Amino acid sequence: VTTYFSDVAALARKDLLLELRAKETLPAMLIFVISSLTVFHFALPDGSDHTAALGLLWIAIVFTALLGLTRAFVPEREQGTIDALILTPCDRSAIWAAKALSVLAFLVIAEAVALPAFAAFFSGVNGRTVAAVALADIGIAAVGTLTGAMAAAGRARELILPLLFLPLSIPIVVGGIGASAHPDGNYMLLLVLYDAVFTLLAWGSFEYVVVET
Amino acid sequence: VTTYDSAVSSTLDSRRLPLLAASTVVLFAAAMALIFFYAPTDHDQGLSQRIFYFHVPLALTAYVAFGWGAWKALLHLWKRPDTADLESYVAIHQGVILGSLVLLTGMLWAKISWGVWWVWTDDELVLFLVLFLFYCAYFMLRYSVDAGPSRANMCAVYALFGVVLIPISILAIRLSRTIATQHPEVFKAAGPQMSSAQFFTFCVAWAAMISLFATLYNLELAGKRLDAHLRELREILA
Repeated sequence: VTTYFSDVAALARKDLLLELRAKETLPAMLIFVISSLTVFHFALPDGSDHTAALGLLWIAIVFTALLGLTRAFVPEREQGTIDALILTPCDRSAIWAAKALSVLAFLVIAEAVALPAFAAFFSGVNGRTVAAVALADIGIAAVGTLTGAMAAAGRARELILPLLFLPLSIPIVVGGIGASAHPDGNYMLLLVLYDAVFTLLAWGSFEYVVVET
Repeated sequence: VTTYDSAVSSTLDSRRLPLLAASTVVLFAAAMALIFFYAPTDHDQGLSQRIFYFHVPLALTAYVAFGWGAWKALLHLWKRPDTADLESYVAIHQGVILGSLVLLTGMLWAKISWGVWWVWTDDELVLFLVLFLFYCAYFMLRYSVDAGPSRANMCAVYALFGVVLIPISILAIRLSRTIATQHPEVFKAAGPQMSSAQFFTFCVAWAAMISLFATLYNLELAGKRLDAHLRELREILA
């Protein structure tokens, strides 16, 4: 078990280090999320209420995540490093766990900018919204990493990922918007349930998704 | 070459396909006769209620097709028979075709009965749309990856995700709904909410639809297998 965690840590460290040096994904995600909030300001008609703006915040989060997820596996494919990853003597699910962790890290950083920006541009962000975003991030990273690996295996790559990911993300959006707009605890429970079920499922099925070619 | 020859002829010689096709023709003829001449016209809705005999069997059969596709996907990951991947794909393909007809017939009925093409306040409509989109993406995945064991695994995993997505989506949609459901609930715990003549017609219509699905499923499967055999034969000869 310790070796498994150290494998995951080493692989995740590799992704974070690469990002630190190349700075390819995170700046794009940050600029994208701020630009989309700006676009949403003009998309919202005058006098729209707080709930409408919250809905747009969730769209911004999901699409920013998509941007980061696209970059998670495509460079590995382009540079052929995915084969090296598959050949590493570790459990295949460790690759998924490491990727999901690095995606989660990028998402959290992007949201650490997006949420204050949203609060400044639109209306305040309460604790429930922050908690819902944190819970949603886990599900997005888990499912998104798996679908990202699927999409990267194909020819269309960036084109396929949103198609695979968006239908699966609908419960996250429902739970997220519900939890940030209503004090109803059931929405949080839905997010927790989604995270638990899909994290387990993605962790268990990843080894079938990456096969040496 | 002889082994391929026998494989091709066994695909073509299968007795199942003509039998299924014949039963579909008979059942559909019976269903049409029952729907338009035997089933009583609904007091409230009039003629438009008869679309029920298409819409509900289509929807149930689409769920059967998706379920069958997921079952074959599970079988593929579990016991790895050579045929399961193609069978899973064909079942989901038929399911999506049936699904688009479900949406079409449902929207036609909604326009006549509710005056709108679509409502978001209804669980069943939204769930079906989510599933339909999910399985449409399945094709995009399948056709963007080169054929092989890797694609077969990937498609199987994705098809299984659909099964898990159903209960979670039901929960999510129930939670997000603020107004009570509008979709008619015909099948309740107390039994079907219709006359016995209507229920009989419905059963025949559903049997016809299942039979149509089985026929098209076997037909597409036979065609795809023939294609694969031909391709292998061509490679041997080349």
